[in-house]
Amino acid sequence: MDSVIDIEGLSIAFDQGGVRTEVLHELDLKIAPGEFVAIVGPSGVGKSTLLRVLIGLATPSAGTVRLNPDVKAERAMALVFQDSRLLPWRRILANVCFGLEKTQLSRAERRERALATLAGVGLRDVAGRFPHQLSGGQRQRVALARALAVRPAILLMDEPFSALDVQTREGLQDELIRVQSASGQTVLFVTHDIDEAVYLADRVVALGGHPGEVKISLEIDVPHPRSRENPHLRDFAARIRAVLFAETLVREDWVI
Amino acid sequence: MRGATPYFLAAVGLALFLGIWEAIPRLGLLPPTLLPAPSQLPAAFLREAKSGIWGDSVLFSLWHYAIGLACGTGFGIVLGVATGMYRPFDWTLAWIVRVLRPIPGLAWVPFAILWFGIDQTAAVFIIAIGCFWIVFFAAQGAIRGVDRDLIEVAEAFGFKSGPEKLVKVLFPAALPGILIGVRTALGQAWMAVVASELFGVSGLGQRMQQASSLLATDIVVVYMLTMAALYGLVDTVFVFLQSRLLAWKA
Repeated sequence: MDSVIDIEGLSIAFDQGGVRTEVLHELDLKIAPGEFVAIVGPSGVGKSTLLRVLIGLATPSAGTVRLNPDVKAERAMALVFQDSRLLPWRRILANVCFGLEKTQLSRAERRERALATLAGVGLRDVAGRFPHQLSGGQRQRVALARALAVRPAILLMDEPFSALDVQTREGLQDELIRVQSASGQTVLFVTHDIDEAVYLADRVVALGGHPGEVKISLEIDVPHPRSRENPHLRDFAARIRAVLFAETLVREDWVI
Repeated sequence: MRGATPYFLAAVGLALFLGIWEAIPRLGLLPPTLLPAPSQLPAAFLREAKSGIWGDSVLFSLWHYAIGLACGTGFGIVLGVATGMYRPFDWTLAWIVRVLRPIPGLAWVPFAILWFGIDQTAAVFIIAIGCFWIVFFAAQGAIRGVDRDLIEVAEAFGFKSGPEKLVKVLFPAALPGILIGVRTALGQAWMAVVASELFGVSGLGQRMQQASSLLATDIVVVYMLTMAALYGLVDTVFVFLQSRLLAWKA
């Protein structure tokens, strides 16, 4: 089947104090419909910047991003930020409606869909509350619902669980798997947590170096539901760690 | 130190204030024309109310106040938001603002009379100027202070134009700061009411001016307290509305 998105030779560079710094170098990435792709790598490797480029908050310096026109979706992409970034003056339901206000849907249709999406992440009963009345984990689920409600071709997630405590994080990981397998949503998930990437994704792409480049790309052919203790997952994680760690050592030698 | 204690202490403070005030003219420390005793005031108020002057003055002043406040606040919000959102517009206005800002409302009186005559419009104009700057700077600062991260949320969901961002994120996020400016303007506008009526436009200010020229200081105090009461009422209503509008704050 054709890919949903086809990224070719994508480079991202910034001007900082007159110095041009490339953060991401000629990335090629195709994502199949329904595929869950995770991108891992150390800080500064351009993974969050990649998502910002895809959602239109930053511009690339070179390369192309092609979306498959045959894929039926109401929006090309929606982004879940690391911090939930809910609008504090809107009640939860209105926050989930936010992206829908860009569509042609009527008020009643927006409300109905937002309620259904909230129910999908198990938060229908907090629809009337304000964000500050929710826990961090609940807020992040609302942020997920806000992104899912616009029915994007690709759901982009930027380290969405990294600010949460371990228990909440693992709960939300399982919730995401459940929602994703139920809807067949295509996901591009960025994280610095290798174990998280391996546990969630169908394919893990590891970026390393300055500027960032693909160091290894692995199909994680372990069916869901997965166990966190699964030895195959541990092997995959070890291989990624070895590649990224070797990369770090080489760089430090070079610095010395 | 809870329950009725704060109210009790507030009542004690007020009673103390009135007691000292009453004592000063009674003990002959100052003649009653220089400081009318509070016990004289109810009679003075009744005289003023029965003649109908008090009611008319209050209505005129409230009218000037409402229109002046609405105009000053309205222009202040519009220009403050616009300069807050668009840097080039801010740069364009920067020195115009610096030239006009320090001119007090009273200094505009001669022009207000020349442009509008001894007329209600002149009073409204002076009150509006008094409110405008406060709200202008409050709105500009509030818009500039809006969290970049929230603006990005709007952009990420496709609200990329200025008006879309304003409606979806900037204005609601800036509203608490704008309302602080509006509340300051509520008080400033009452001060401007007196100034704007000193030169002959009907209202509290004009009546105070007449009374003081006749050394009817008790009448002057009646109007001072009238203004305090009106301000107290307006501010209380405002705070109530503000708490409703900002119910989302923790």
